[in-house]
Amino acid sequence: MMKPTKAAARALLYGIMVFYALTIIMPLIIMLSTSFKSNAEIFNNPFGLPEKFNFDAYTSLFVISNYGRYFLNSIGVTVISLAVAVTVSALASYAISKYQFKYNKAIYVFFVLGLFIPIKLGTVDIMLTMLNLKIFDTLWALIIVYIAMAIPLSVFILYDYIRMIPDELSSAARIDGCSEPGIFGRIIVPLVKPGLAAAGIISFIPNWNEFWFPLVLIKSREHFTIPLATGQLFGQFDTKLNLVFAVLSLASVPVIIIYLLLSNYFVKGLSAGAVKG
Amino acid sequence: MLQAQKKHARFLFMFIFPAFIIYTVFMLLPILNSMKYSLYSGDGLIPENFVGLDNYVKLFTEERYYSKFWNAFSNNIKFFLIVTFIQNILGFFMAVFVTRSFKGNKFMRKLSFLPTTLSVLVVGFIFKLILNPYYGVFDKVLEALGLGKYIIPWLGDPRSALIIVSIAVSWQFFGESVLFYSSGIDGIDDSILEAARIDGANIWHEIIHIILPSVLPIVGIVTILIFIGDFTQFDIVYAMTGYRGDPGYSTDLMGSLFYRTAFATTERGGWGTGMGATVATMMFIIVTVGVGILLAFFNRKKEEMLK
Repeated sequence: MMKPTKAAARALLYGIMVFYALTIIMPLIIMLSTSFKSNAEIFNNPFGLPEKFNFDAYTSLFVISNYGRYFLNSIGVTVISLAVAVTVSALASYAISKYQFKYNKAIYVFFVLGLFIPIKLGTVDIMLTMLNLKIFDTLWALIIVYIAMAIPLSVFILYDYIRMIPDELSSAARIDGCSEPGIFGRIIVPLVKPGLAAAGIISFIPNWNEFWFPLVLIKSREHFTIPLATGQLFGQFDTKLNLVFAVLSLASVPVIIIYLLLSNYFVKGLSAGAVKG
Repeated sequence: MLQAQKKHARFLFMFIFPAFIIYTVFMLLPILNSMKYSLYSGDGLIPENFVGLDNYVKLFTEERYYSKFWNAFSNNIKFFLIVTFIQNILGFFMAVFVTRSFKGNKFMRKLSFLPTTLSVLVVGFIFKLILNPYYGVFDKVLEALGLGKYIIPWLGDPRSALIIVSIAVSWQFFGESVLFYSSGIDGIDDSILEAARIDGANIWHEIIHIILPSVLPIVGIVTILIFIGDFTQFDIVYAMTGYRGDPGYSTDLMGSLFYRTAFATTERGGWGTGMGATVATMMFIIVTVGVGILLAFFNRKKEEMLK
C-alpha cells in the first residue's frame, strides 16, 4: 500500500507529465490537422480534427509552387554537405586521435572551438567570397558553408569513437605491411560506422533547418531550399490558411520522422557531449 | 596511440588538411575578414575606403545608429534572461521529474527533445498562427475558459511581444535543457541517493544537496549555449514579428539588427556592408565577453561548491 502522500506525489508527477506532453504535442497537432482542413472549416471548427482529410493544400504546393524542386534542393545540399563533412572530419579525427605528435591536442581544440563560434557573424565576408567565386545564388554556396558548419561537431563526435578503437588491430596490420591510409580505410572505417552515422544524423537537423544562409545567399526561386521556401511563401499565402499550415507541415514532417526513427542517436550523442563538456 | 614519425608527416598532413582548410577558410577567416570590413566604408556592396574606427564612432555617437543598437542590445538581454529562466530553472525541475522512475519516462524523455529538432522558423510561424487575433486557437481557448477580457494582441503589443517571442524560443529548446540535465542526473551514483533517502532526506534535500551540485557544470554549459544562441538569434524574430522586430522595434534583437543593417536595402533599414560588419564585430565582442563572464562565474561557483 502506498502512503497517501506518496500517492498524491505520484498523481502530481503524472499530472505534470501529461501537461508537459500536451504542450509539446498540441502545437504540432494543430499544425497538421489545420493543413487538412478547408478554409471555412478552419474558422468554424478550429479545435477539432478535420472532418475529412483534404489534400488540396498539398497538391497545390507541389503542382503550383514547385515544392518538389525545393525538396530536391534541400536533399541535395544536405546529403552532399554531410557526406563531405563526415568524410573529412573522420580523416582528421583519425590523424589526431591515433598519432602522437606535437600538435594533435591543439588541432583537436582548434576544431572543437568551432562549436562555440557563431559562423553567422562572418556572413558579410562569406557573401562577398561567394560573389568572387561566382557561386553566389547557387546551391554550391550553401554546400560549402554547411560543410564548414558541420566539421566541429563531427570531429567532436568522431574523435571519441575513433579513439575507442583498440590499437592492436592497427599494429597487427602495420606489421603485415599495410599502409597508413590502408589502415584507415580497411580497419578504422568499418569499425567506426556507428560514429559516422551518429555524426551525420546529429548534423542533419541543423543543416536541414538552416534558414539564415539561403536567405542571404540565394535569390532565385529555383535554388530555394525548404526553409527558404517556408520563409518566403508563408507571407504570400496569408489568406489561404490551409496552405500556410501545409507549408509548415512539409518543413517539419521529415525531421520529425527522422527523429522518431533515430532518436537514440540524438539522445546518446548529445547527452555524452553534455557530461563530457 | 602511435608515436608519429617522420615518415608519417606527409600522410598526417593529407588527412588533416581537407577539414582544416574548409573549416578555416569558410568559418574562421570570414569572422576575421568581417572585422576587417568594419574598418571600411563605401556605397557599393564591397566596402572599399579605409576609414579606421569611423564606423564604430558613428555607431556610438550618431543617434540613428546608437538608438537602434542599444535598443536591440537591451531587448536581447531581456530575451536572454527570460529564456535562461525558463530553460534553466524550469528545465532543471522538469529533468528532476523526468528522471524519476515512472511508467513512460523513456517516452517522455524522447518526446521532450522533439521540438528542438524543428526549425526555429517553423516554430515561430506556428506560434504566430496560434496567437493570431482573428483565427488563433489560443484566444479561443481563453474565451472558452472565461478569460476573454485578458486578451490582447499578443504580438502586436510592445508590452507582450518580446515576452511571447522568448517563450516561443524556450518552448523549442526546453527539451535540450531537459536532456542535458537528465543525463547529468543519470550520472549520479545511485548509492549516494539511496544513503540520503535512508537518512530521511526528502526530495528538497535531495535536489539541493545532491542533484544541484552534480549538475552545476551542466548549468554552466547550458547557459553559455543559450547565451551564444540568443545573442545571434534571428529566425524567431523574422518569423514572428518580421525583420524589423515589430511592433516599433520592441522585439528587435542583435541578430535581426545585423540582418537588416548588413543585408537589407537602405529603404528597408540597411546601413551598408561596412556598418553591417561593424555590428557583426560588436556582436562577436558581446558574445566573447559574455561567455568569458559566464565561464568565470560558473568556475567560481564550482569552487565554492567543492569547499
